[in-house]
Amino acid sequence: MNGASVSELDTLIGTGWKKPPLIKRDWLRWGLVIGALIYLIAAINSVEVNWERVYAGLDRGAAFIAAFLQPDFESRAGDIWEGMLESIVMAITSTVVGIAISIPIGLGAARNIAPLPVYLVCRAIIAVSRALQEIIVAILLVAIFGFGPLAGFLTLSFATIGFLSKLLAEEIESMDKVQAEAVKATGSRWAQWVNYGVQPQFMPRLIGLSMYRLDINFRESAILGLVGAGGIGATLNTAFDRYEYDTAAAILLIIIVIVMGLEYLSGLIRARVQ
Amino acid sequence: MLKLDKLVKTYNTGDQALKSVVLEIPQGQVLALIGPSGAGKSTLIRCINRLVEPTSGTVHLDGVELTRLGSGALRRDRRRMGMIFQEYALVERLTVMENVLSGRLGYVGFWRSFLRKFPQSDVDNAYRLLDRVGLLHMADKRADELSGGQRQRVGICRALIQDPALLLVDEPTASLDPKTSRQIMRLIVELCSERGLAAIINIHDVALAKMFVQRVVGLESGAIVFDGAPDDLTPDMLTHIYGEEDWEATIEKVTDAEEEAAQ
Repeated sequence: MNGASVSELDTLIGTGWKKPPLIKRDWLRWGLVIGALIYLIAAINSVEVNWERVYAGLDRGAAFIAAFLQPDFESRAGDIWEGMLESIVMAITSTVVGIAISIPIGLGAARNIAPLPVYLVCRAIIAVSRALQEIIVAILLVAIFGFGPLAGFLTLSFATIGFLSKLLAEEIESMDKVQAEAVKATGSRWAQWVNYGVQPQFMPRLIGLSMYRLDINFRESAILGLVGAGGIGATLNTAFDRYEYDTAAAILLIIIVIVMGLEYLSGLIRARVQ
Repeated sequence: MLKLDKLVKTYNTGDQALKSVVLEIPQGQVLALIGPSGAGKSTLIRCINRLVEPTSGTVHLDGVELTRLGSGALRRDRRRMGMIFQEYALVERLTVMENVLSGRLGYVGFWRSFLRKFPQSDVDNAYRLLDRVGLLHMADKRADELSGGQRQRVGICRALIQDPALLLVDEPTASLDPKTSRQIMRLIVELCSERGLAAIINIHDVALAKMFVQRVVGLESGAIVFDGAPDDLTPDMLTHIYGEEDWEATIEKVTDAEEEAAQ
């Protein structure tokens, strides 16, 4: 056996080495590369740009940007304040409710701790939640519950479930098996096992994700207002409709400041819980 | 007390990790299970508390057939088998005390454990055990702040607070330095004799095993090929278990001087 391996070694010495390609069949690999290139060129050619329209639009764009330099916080301060408050309330309540529902679904959607039927049901719930875009859900819920923040709150809660459960489940699936195994070996029941062996491993990630989702929900609430689901988006929409770009600019600036504030807060919290 | 009969484990990949293992261990005996990596040592002890489901065969603990228990009964019997792990397997984000108390999970209800309101006797016991292994002052530290030897001692406390009749010990010294390895082995063996516990210790350090146990079982490719006193381990036997190598240094008696140096 030794003799054979030496002669194999001899043939290999000095021959150089290349990382094996991801796709082994040459024709398939090159076919994909060439196909992607052709598609890219065709796609660029298919974009029609009406340069006259762009030229006419430049003025409007300039007015929009100019407004940002002089944002008007005052003339509609009451509307802005009300809309902001509504958005913040929507974002916080939908995040809290979304997390509360996401945790059991996330546990159920982790293949390493849930039995197959539970796993399939939870994955199906996640798939449905992720497949339906927020705006579509919002339009549906506005049709059912009428205009206002209730529809927005429900939409965001629903979207949070898909997002948080999926990422939580993936975090659980990648956890350290031995720590959990050690807790199982003590004779603990399932809930105790999750509480002692699994939860400490996913907790920092859950907190980080929750903060991130709060931030997303706040930004989404500005969009949902456009379809009548309440929040600052409704105020923003009105401002655009009236060509009050200075008020719109003020709203957008406030949104940016709040999102940055949330980002900073989430950094602080994550540093503490790690 | 513990009886394995024709225990077989075939993994889904088709690998036969255990081939009809028959083994009996009396009350209070500490046994070292030696063998090369991949011989099935870990699988064997995990088949006993059914972290790994055996494919066929039976395991009896004090007359109870573990291999036939439903999940509730299995949990109750797992309490009687404390397990100590390679790489310690402490839950790193929990405190030392929580890790030790998690050994009582099989005895307390969910809400008590969830709220960390363990019975006072459990808490006292945890303090006593931590004191016994010299870690009482670390009780409120997080487990990932400890050194390797300290972590393994917490692991030992977690296993012992279960009040087990049997210890399943999986490579307790694999990630420790030689001196700490001896201290940990000595601690395990001492605690077993204090409490009259039987133990199966998976270990690939043959010299270390011979220093501390009364009986050695050699496993090779999922089958028992040696079962006897440590002194009966001849170079030929070790070659049979592990393959060709110079074994003279391994089976030499450890001298007192070396022993002293290790303390």
